[in-house]
Amino acid sequence: MSKPFLLGELLAWIRAHGPWRWASQGLRARGYSGRTLVTAVPYLWLALFFLLPFLIVLKISVSEMQLAMPPYQPLVSWISDGVIALRISFENYLFLLEDSLYWKSYLNSIRTAAISTVICLLIGYPMAYGIARSPAAWRNLLLLLVMLPFWTSFLLRVYAWIGILKNNGVINNLLMALGIIDEPIVMLQTNFAMYIGIVYSYLPFMVLPLYTAIEKLDQSLLEAAANLGCRPVKAFFRITVPLTMTGIIAGCMLVFIPAVGEFVIPALLGGPDSLMIGRVLWEEFFNNRDWPVASAVAIVMLFVLVIPIMIYQRSQGQQLGAHR
Amino acid sequence: MNRRSHFVTAMMVAGFLFLYLPIVLMIAFSFNESRLVTVWGGFSTKWYGELFRNQQILGAAWLSFKIAAMNATGATVLGTLAGLALARFGHFCGRPLLTGLATAPLVMPEVITGLSLLLLFVAMEQAIGWPEGRGITTITIAHMTFSMAYVTVVVQSRLATLDESLEEAAMDLGARPAKVFFLITLPIILPAILAGWLLAFTLSWDDLVITSFVTGPGSSTLPVVIFSKVRLGVSPDINALATLLVLAVATFTTVFGLYMIRQQKRRDLEVQRAIAANE
Repeated sequence: MSKPFLLGELLAWIRAHGPWRWASQGLRARGYSGRTLVTAVPYLWLALFFLLPFLIVLKISVSEMQLAMPPYQPLVSWISDGVIALRISFENYLFLLEDSLYWKSYLNSIRTAAISTVICLLIGYPMAYGIARSPAAWRNLLLLLVMLPFWTSFLLRVYAWIGILKNNGVINNLLMALGIIDEPIVMLQTNFAMYIGIVYSYLPFMVLPLYTAIEKLDQSLLEAAANLGCRPVKAFFRITVPLTMTGIIAGCMLVFIPAVGEFVIPALLGGPDSLMIGRVLWEEFFNNRDWPVASAVAIVMLFVLVIPIMIYQRSQGQQLGAHR
Repeated sequence: MNRRSHFVTAMMVAGFLFLYLPIVLMIAFSFNESRLVTVWGGFSTKWYGELFRNQQILGAAWLSFKIAAMNATGATVLGTLAGLALARFGHFCGRPLLTGLATAPLVMPEVITGLSLLLLFVAMEQAIGWPEGRGITTITIAHMTFSMAYVTVVVQSRLATLDESLEEAAMDLGARPAKVFFLITLPIILPAILAGWLLAFTLSWDDLVITSFVTGPGSSTLPVVIFSKVRLGVSPDINALATLLVLAVATFTTVFGLYMIRQQKRRDLEVQRAIAANE
């Protein structure tokens, strides 16, 4: 008897009698199947590493700071003889309300993200439209060109702008060499630089969903409108925009939501007065080591973003559902 | 009607210039002799030499590569399973929650994800003693959690455009679901899975914010090292590093893109042949 045959027989026996068969029969008898396993693995992962952490952040945001590692006091403590003390403090949230720095940062983040989103839309829509109306042979190449910056390092692309915007950077050197200005214009560490950074980094996220929506648009609708005497501008706002709305919403949310909590761009391009909530959270955590306040900042940010996130998920569902 | 207007063409050109000019300038200045990054002092490749002698950067790059590869593999498995469940299983118990959990990491601000994962790791270490300290393990878990969302979307949208009749035919012929998946579904969606793997790899390779929260002493990835250097100002060897990374990505993306286009053409041809053979 050769070895492989023995092995094969052994495997067959295990399959017939082994724990696998027993387990799978047992599961099947209770109405479970392979499907349950396929669903359960990512489900458990996300529940453990994405859902549970938020509950912990919520918990720590209502606990008090202490000078130890970890730097927060337990909510539940056993005092003695089975007496359990539960300490919940809303001090951190009150602190956020009292100090104007925090709510100013929230408002400023929302405003900065909203303005950047509008600029991205104004640049991204014509780009996506142009790509979708290009000859078919060009389309893939142009899409690849939009994707390429997205695949290269985000950090390094933000860094590239430092060399362009700083006082002895490319723009100032060029303008001074041409004699247009005598002194360098301060651009780095201003809100202007921050807007450039956000628009530059998030533009691909705007163009891709817009392209998907515009490409699906039926050209004959526009032709029909033109035949009936509709001017192109009117046709654009009455037909093209409403029919590509899912792409517009998806693109805007993909830019707006991460931009609200952006840290890298304000830290590298923004000035000390450009208060962004992502940066405030970072400094609260890393510089002040105040984990409870950082957690409270995160929870409030999450509440601010819940509605945009839900809008995004709905549009995402519509886009995926539309394929069927 | 099919022609683009001049306005659209002009905006497209301007948009692409905006996207590429900074990258082109960065590449140009990586060959600058002068230490003053943006003042041209003659052509030189000395910064590349300096880069390859910088042990800190090389070590960080190797660490980033290991984490990115582990993350991509894990995220691809998890994301493919989630994408399969969302695209093929119809309405099952807990589907809305899974949809929400699977797409939320795509837009969740990184500071929130990073902070919440760190607090989880700290709480877990207190409760069950694992993970011990923070480093490669915690970084990989954190990266898998946010990058599996991207794989899920890629796989789910590929499956949504795929005709289910092939899978149904195999099922009718008596193949068990697992066999149908490995023999029919998997080979067809393999390019999408590969694209998902590459995406997960890049996301991890690039990540600064989440890594900064969940990293520990001695495990500084490449973005963490770059960030601490960049904060101190522009330096020419970072330009050289950026150039190498951009070129690597450009080459890889082009090769992969061409491969995908060729695969698509071959598949179209096969479908045409099959139709012709049936007639």
